[in-house]
Amino acid sequence: MPEPAIATEDIARQFGDFWAVAGVDLEIAAGEIYGFLGPNGAGKSTLVRMLCTLMRPTRGRGLVAGLDVAREPEKVRLRIGVALQDAALDDRQTGRELLDLQGRLYGLRRADRLARVEQVLRLVDIGTAIDRLIKTYSGGMKRRLDLAAALIHDPDILFLDEPTTGLDPESRAAVWEEVRSLNQQHGTTIFLTTQYLEEADELADRVGIISRGRLVAEGTPDELKRTVGTDVIVARVETLTGTTLESLRAVPGVQEVVATGHEVTVHADNGATVMSPVALALHAAGTAVVSLTLRTPTLDDVFLQLTGSHLQVDAAPDGGGSPAEHPGSAGDPGTHDVGGPDAGTAEGAAEEVRA
Amino acid sequence: MTVSAGHAPTTALRVQARPAGFFVDVASVARRAIRQIPREPEAVIPALIVPIFFYVLNIGALSKIAHQAAGFSFKSFELPVAVVFAVTGVSRASALVTDIQNGYFDRLVITPVRRLPLLLGLMTADLTLVMALAVPVVIVGLALGVRFHAGVLGIVVFVVLSGIWGLVFTGLPYAIALKTGNPGAVNASFILFFPITFLSTTFVPKPYLEGWLGTVANYNPMTYILQGLRSLIVGGSGIPGPQQSWNAAFLGQAVLAIAAFGAISLSLALLALRGRVRRS
Repeated sequence: MPEPAIATEDIARQFGDFWAVAGVDLEIAAGEIYGFLGPNGAGKSTLVRMLCTLMRPTRGRGLVAGLDVAREPEKVRLRIGVALQDAALDDRQTGRELLDLQGRLYGLRRADRLARVEQVLRLVDIGTAIDRLIKTYSGGMKRRLDLAAALIHDPDILFLDEPTTGLDPESRAAVWEEVRSLNQQHGTTIFLTTQYLEEADELADRVGIISRGRLVAEGTPDELKRTVGTDVIVARVETLTGTTLESLRAVPGVQEVVATGHEVTVHADNGATVMSPVALALHAAGTAVVSLTLRTPTLDDVFLQLTGSHLQVDAAPDGGGSPAEHPGSAGDPGTHDVGGPDAGTAEGAAEEVRA
Repeated sequence: MTVSAGHAPTTALRVQARPAGFFVDVASVARRAIRQIPREPEAVIPALIVPIFFYVLNIGALSKIAHQAAGFSFKSFELPVAVVFAVTGVSRASALVTDIQNGYFDRLVITPVRRLPLLLGLMTADLTLVMALAVPVVIVGLALGVRFHAGVLGIVVFVVLSGIWGLVFTGLPYAIALKTGNPGAVNASFILFFPITFLSTTFVPKPYLEGWLGTVANYNPMTYILQGLRSLIVGGSGIPGPQQSWNAAFLGQAVLAIAAFGAISLSLALLALRGRVRRS
């Protein structure tokens, strides 16, 4: 079996009394895009900083390219490219100067440096702005330059810590395309952290979900979504009582009921047939319904089921029009008889009843 | 997933990352730091204007008194002070704090760069800058009629000695920058400038310093640095009488004073660097 690109054994990091990463086991194959998904403060960045040799693990160990990150950090650094959160750049250099310095620090000779700068610029489109001071760049351009800087020495393994946080949808799509292209054309292993479900869904071969420093689930996006059933019915209600939940659980075909605030998420294998009984059960329980939506599961549903809370505050506020669902995402498991890949967003694809 | 047509394959060149070597690392870090200097003239211009302003002001106000009271040339006596003002406290420490705060320092630390060049590169840039700042001050002095015992070589030694003093002083702001990562603390390090430069023979020769000030000045390395610099200037010591063109004792004391100060300030900076990159 080939050596994994990244492997961790019970890796953990403590700050005072707080375990930011509380023991994580990972095994990521060479050439894989691994999405590490979790909300702010879940421990994503701490794990990345340990794997990138910026921080020592308190316990356990991490191997990157087969090298121990605590014992051989110098060797690890030669093999990895890193774009940390919040594009770490120097405003008072031009993009080209920054890339050139990066190349020098990686020991590239002049001819190689010049050639590599041109190559990464073909992959990461910055245009003529490359000769302008970085302080004139937009957020999206900074992220792309940051990615270029991480690639200058042609690393085998690339760490991207929230590469699209704060970007507009267009810039985000551009970064996604660059990441995919790198992975497909170079076989670069990519470890990507994100708090965006659609990003993990769109890019990652496998997704690990982290919550409070622990890996709570792992699998392909499809596998994970399958764990919450084929369909999801989301009811927004005015008041939620124990009786409501009891009566929903009693509906035949309902697999699981998860309640958060004014929202009930019902998992079912055949949502279309369960939809009406669910509506009746809510009515019978005397629950005033604000909206009722049937859609395909998202990674947020997985997260909700595992942790009891939504991944993002802005995710799936009413189950419909959720930013978690990216229209047209390839390989979405939701392409069955009811709804489409973007059920809940496309008109007519979801049955939505507004009270 | 499909491959975008807009992205050309970049497989043409495979490169192998390797450690660049100590001196290449220092040069790379220094290059970037030097390149930034003309991009922030607001940081350099005051460092040049202020010492020249005070030099001209002081000799304008006090020359006559000094000459009548003690019979020495105040403009020769004060030129080393003006140069020390120009070179003391000029550093890239604020820029380093910016790097630490915005995460660029982490980006550098993730590369194979050795840790010591991260500081030495900045100090190389500082040395270049402070010597560049000393030159115009010396030119003003020469224009006002100040003369050096040992001619051009004396001027070179004067500038280099001042520059190295400026360099060892940067150890303090760098130590604070690396230890705290706080721009306010780095700015506050300027306060250290005052006791070091003023509790000394800044305005009057040592025999005229009385009481506690004389005692403090005896222990202040600045006293010996000024003494060494003044020994290079005709009539610069402020004490009438014959002077040697090269006073080995005075120059030696100046070098020792700089070395002693540097041993402390640079050790603090190195300790702070080690703490910063320790990956705690």
